[in-house]
Amino acid sequence: MQPFTTHTGIAVPFLKDDVNTDHIAPVQAMRALKPDYKALLFMRARQRDDGSEDPDFVLNKPQFRNPGILVTGQNFGAGSSRESAVWSMLANNILVIVAHSFADIYRENCLQNGLLPVTLAPVDAETFEARVIAANGAAPFTVDLEMQRISGPGGADIVFEIAAADRMRLLEGLDDIGLTLKHADEIKAWEARMAAAQTWLQTAREQRG
Amino acid sequence: MPQTLFDKIWDRHLVARRADGRDLIYIDRHVLHELHAPHAFEQLEKQERPVRRPDLTFSMQDHTVASKPGRNDHSNPSGAAFLKAMREGSRKNGIRIFDLHDPEQGISHVVAPELGMVLPGATHAVPDSHASTVGGLGALAFGCGTSELAHILATQVMALKRPQRMLIGLEGQLGAHVTAKDVALRIIAELGVAGARGHVVEYAGTAIRAMPIEQRMTLCNLNIEMGGRSGFVAPDDKTFDWLAGRPYAPKDAMWERALTHWRTLKSDDGAAFDREHLLDCSTLEPQITWGTDPSQVLGISGQVPDPAALEQGRRAAAESALAYMGLAPGMTLAGLKVDRVFIGSCTNSRLPDLKAAAEVVRGRRVAAGVIAIVVPGSTTVKREAEAIGLDRVFRDAGFSWGESGCSMCAGGNGDRGEPGERCVSTTNRNFEHRQGPKVRTHLVSPETAAATAVTGRIADVRQLSAERA
Repeated sequence: MQPFTTHTGIAVPFLKDDVNTDHIAPVQAMRALKPDYKALLFMRARQRDDGSEDPDFVLNKPQFRNPGILVTGQNFGAGSSRESAVWSMLANNILVIVAHSFADIYRENCLQNGLLPVTLAPVDAETFEARVIAANGAAPFTVDLEMQRISGPGGADIVFEIAAADRMRLLEGLDDIGLTLKHADEIKAWEARMAAAQTWLQTAREQRG
Repeated sequence: MPQTLFDKIWDRHLVARRADGRDLIYIDRHVLHELHAPHAFEQLEKQERPVRRPDLTFSMQDHTVASKPGRNDHSNPSGAAFLKAMREGSRKNGIRIFDLHDPEQGISHVVAPELGMVLPGATHAVPDSHASTVGGLGALAFGCGTSELAHILATQVMALKRPQRMLIGLEGQLGAHVTAKDVALRIIAELGVAGARGHVVEYAGTAIRAMPIEQRMTLCNLNIEMGGRSGFVAPDDKTFDWLAGRPYAPKDAMWERALTHWRTLKSDDGAAFDREHLLDCSTLEPQITWGTDPSQVLGISGQVPDPAALEQGRRAAAESALAYMGLAPGMTLAGLKVDRVFIGSCTNSRLPDLKAAAEVVRGRRVAAGVIAIVVPGSTTVKREAEAIGLDRVFRDAGFSWGESGCSMCAGGNGDRGEPGERCVSTTNRNFEHRQGPKVRTHLVSPETAAATAVTGRIADVRQLSAERA
């Protein structure tokens, strides 16, 4: 995983609540094993009924065509566990999402892919959103994970909180599986204990005989 | 100190605490499907990491399989690549796959319980948000993404933050034709689509004890629709009876040992929950969604709300939902003409679901102009339904009877509605465009869906049943 230190980009105001993964990465009639993730992002919302581009959709506006940061409401990423809803962000260089809150699985998928999920204190969120709207894509914002700060046009730096463990994982771009495999001996020991104490948990396929 | 059942299962499965503070929780059973597993197989192959416990892992083909009778890999043209990649990845890694023509193929959340892969007090993971369906058997199940799926394959553990605990108490006796689906929709309406975020929910109370296992699974299935991390029902004699003799369940002496342990699986008296919610089920009527998220719910006799009367945060969403759904404030949904009815999905496609729907349909015909579809949740369910003649009841009435899979729930297999259609569906998500571009989805129970199919209009199944009596 790519380490995340800082990211500078145009902040896109997408101030809706409960944006779900069907909306972010729609299931297509013809689905590919490896779709064009860049085009997948909000694919349906980007188009009008006749298939032409909807000029009113925020990411289609000229000033937001090269996004870097998505700014949104509560419970972002609700719904299915599909990781394409994160991969399609990365494919568009959106490496930070600032939301009032995230759905659990979506936030986890962000961390797994080096995408920084930021939740601001309510008062800061309000200030930041106003600044993002005012900036209107004319100047970028910078999100610095090391300093836990957002800087950009329209005011002073905004500090954000993030769990120390999540921060470390993103900063170091840690290999999640590698981190766990440091505990391989403990996993093996657990299996041995359980094979004796609750044998049925450690045998599945062979139960069938 | 008194402990909740969640805490007992969690602590029992805690392998270690990782350097970043996450708990490594052992996963007893891991069930994969073809939409997400191929990417994880590829990742592990690149990293030259083996699958740690193929014997605890099972592969299903469910999301992209066609429901058309006589189907093959290419019946759904965009499914073929997924099916093939799943087959090859499973073979290379020594994982038992329930392939397209396997007599036990089906939706992972239906097959895993019915074959006894799921056990009380066990942990379970599926790369799918509806993983907690199997909580109906007292298992602690987690949905996950593709990276986490690869992580479990390589390590057999999940690295999790300990969730909070929530108790939902369901009291009172359900009325006639009121089901777990109706209870779940009402809970989501009360708590909202993010109401259980960060929590593992234990469902308890007299209404739960009275529910058959399949109903408990329907309830736990919908737990994610309020953002819950997991949801389960403590096991009881109904659970043990249901599991006994299933192919992958323990046998003989091991069964007896397991049973002794399973009987201890309950929250202690006085155990503390972070949140509690109580619902009186005795006055509940059949429920239906009116909007585009599963919390926008009405009783069947209720009226579509006026967005202006809602709290400010919900107003804009309600307005946009009404526009999408082609509805106006104050309308009743009962009586509204429909184009399509779908009975199926991991929420409501088990044998008792199909039986209940068939009872409503028996001797009636699907209304003119309505496309009505039944897709059993597994090939086993399909076979059992056919053995008791349910397929004939549905077919004689004008329903189509499909091969098992996710079908119209997510539209991933090519089964979808036409733009503008109003579709009454026993699935779990009424999101915009989910069942096809511009399709208007109303979520209901199988009985309400059946009553709607035969009247051609959104129906109160209780009235239909009163007519027959």
